Amino acid sequence: MQNHQEKSPFQFILRSLLILILILTVIAPIAGCGKEQADAQSNSSSEVVQTIENKGSDTLVNLALAWAEAYMKSNPEVRISVTGGGSGTGIAALINGTVNIANASRTMKQEEIDTAKENGIEPIKYIVARDAIAIVVHPSNPVDKLTLQQISDIYTKKITNWSQLGGEDRPIVLLSRQSNSGTYVYFLENVIRLGNKESDLLFSPDTLLMPSSECIGAEIKQNPNAIGYDGLGYVGEGQKVVAVAIDNASPYVLPSIETVNTNTYPISRPLHMYTAGEPTGAMKAYLDWILTEGQLLVAGLGFVPLEQ
Amino acid sequence: MKTSDAPRRSLRHKGTFFIESLIHILGFSSIGFVLLIFLFLIKEGVPAFFEIPFNNIWDTLWYPTFDLFGVLPLLLGSLIITVTAIAIALPLSIATAVLVREIAPSWVREILKPMIETLAGIPSVVLGFLGMTLVSPVIQKLGAPTGLTAFSGALILAYMALPTIISVAEDALDAVPKSYRDAGLSMGATQWQTIWRVVVPAAKSGIITAVMLGLGRAIGETMAVMMVTGNAARMPLTLNSLFQPARTMTATIAAEMGEVAQGSVHYHMLFGIGLILFLLTFIINLIAASTIFKKRQKGGLR
Repeated sequence: MQNHQEKSPFQFILRSLLILILILTVIAPIAGCGKEQADAQSNSSSEVVQTIENKGSDTLVNLALAWAEAYMKSNPEVRISVTGGGSGTGIAALINGTVNIANASRTMKQEEIDTAKENGIEPIKYIVARDAIAIVVHPSNPVDKLTLQQISDIYTKKITNWSQLGGEDRPIVLLSRQSNSGTYVYFLENVIRLGNKESDLLFSPDTLLMPSSECIGAEIKQNPNAIGYDGLGYVGEGQKVVAVAIDNASPYVLPSIETVNTNTYPISRPLHMYTAGEPTGAMKAYLDWILTEGQLLVAGLGFVPLEQ
Repeated sequence: MKTSDAPRRSLRHKGTFFIESLIHILGFSSIGFVLLIFLFLIKEGVPAFFEIPFNNIWDTLWYPTFDLFGVLPLLLGSLIITVTAIAIALPLSIATAVLVREIAPSWVREILKPMIETLAGIPSVVLGFLGMTLVSPVIQKLGAPTGLTAFSGALILAYMALPTIISVAEDALDAVPKSYRDAGLSMGATQWQTIWRVVVPAAKSGIITAVMLGLGRAIGETMAVMMVTGNAARMPLTLNSLFQPARTMTATIAAEMGEVAQGSVHYHMLFGIGLILFLLTFIINLIAASTIFKKRQKGGLR
């Protein structure tokens, strides 16, 4: 800010070197707690391209983007534009005929299907991947199974110590994704509120809202008090996944590709793509590709691939 | 000679006039930009205070997904972290400024000054990462249930405010006339007594300015704070709150702005928080500026 006139070349060089060294020493491990960015895709626009508009669920948006980018790389004649906005937005756009594919993390409501049919659009449902939420704790934590009711009590602070669950005498530290994440809303509605629409339970104000999956992983890894949840595909090493049961009478199930696909793991849901009418041509090729080769990308984005 | 000189001079006058007016325009445009930012904040933020009931805003529950926009935990979170950060940074930075300006031989100063400037150049995300991996495990070992606490955030912020406070405080010390020091020493005071009883008090207003600028820097910091404080929107009312997670206003804006629907109540409320933050920093800077102004009026240089 000041003293610029005093700076000798020596100071300048010393300072630049210091900054460089500091940044270099820290930049390598920092890749962990941020979002990876895919390279922008360059397009050859020599011939007439076919455009597919794809809009909807924020849960699905990163997966849909990854699919679109990978597909456009091998099929430059197709242009796919992907936007988020929420399942409802995507479905509304499909009904109004402004998009070709709507992404939805829920199924279409009957009245939505009716409105679509009034507009002359027959929505066709595809399950393109599954989303399962894993409950994770520190590897040293002896607690390895929980019921949905217990998880709900933990996140509303009715249970505050691990000893109440057969663990060590430690306070429970609650970790969550940020409130704008689709996972946050899904977890709240289906686990904390146990799927009860009347319920007005909320995350305890003491819940730590972590900026990213990597940050949840980092905190779980080092804190024996912590409990967290995240998309199954995001669970890495240093985290112990807890088996979950619907209630006391049901079996405790660990999440895996198999248990999610057979619907035995309780905290999972299918993710959908809706098309307007039976798809043809490029649209059909794209959806077929998603259901086969596209599945290879699914696990990398935190979701569960369909069983082939 | 005169005849050949006149046209050249008028040409030079034209050039000077052009450059001068350019500088004027550029100078005033910065005022314009500040005004525009302020207007934009008002336009986007003020509707929030009409759309959301008063009791909802000044409440303790921040759940924007469920239309609960209680801003108090965020406000108090920001304050507790910032005030703690300055309390940590103040003694450290004044001691450093005194060392650099008054005690250290010139070759030490040559090394220390660029080092301090380097501190200011470290990106905040890097500091946040250091806080997450180095500071928070230590805090947790001290007995807190998690290492992601208000105190961890305050430590990182103190570190970030240090270079600002040091360099402004150092300038304030520098502006104390040499005759003050000579007078102190000739009265038989030791170097230590001269520094603490004469030089530092003489630079007091400059040091207050330094602290205020540090405060302004700390309260607006986002990334590092978001990474180490845990972002739990709880009310920091009990004594142990410093060692519990907290959520700041800046972290809230940064975390939620990216996904919010434009024009929604939540969107307006995030700008409303920005407005509150703007007013807070404005008041802090005003206090800093007024101390300088008062000193000038008294005839001092500092």
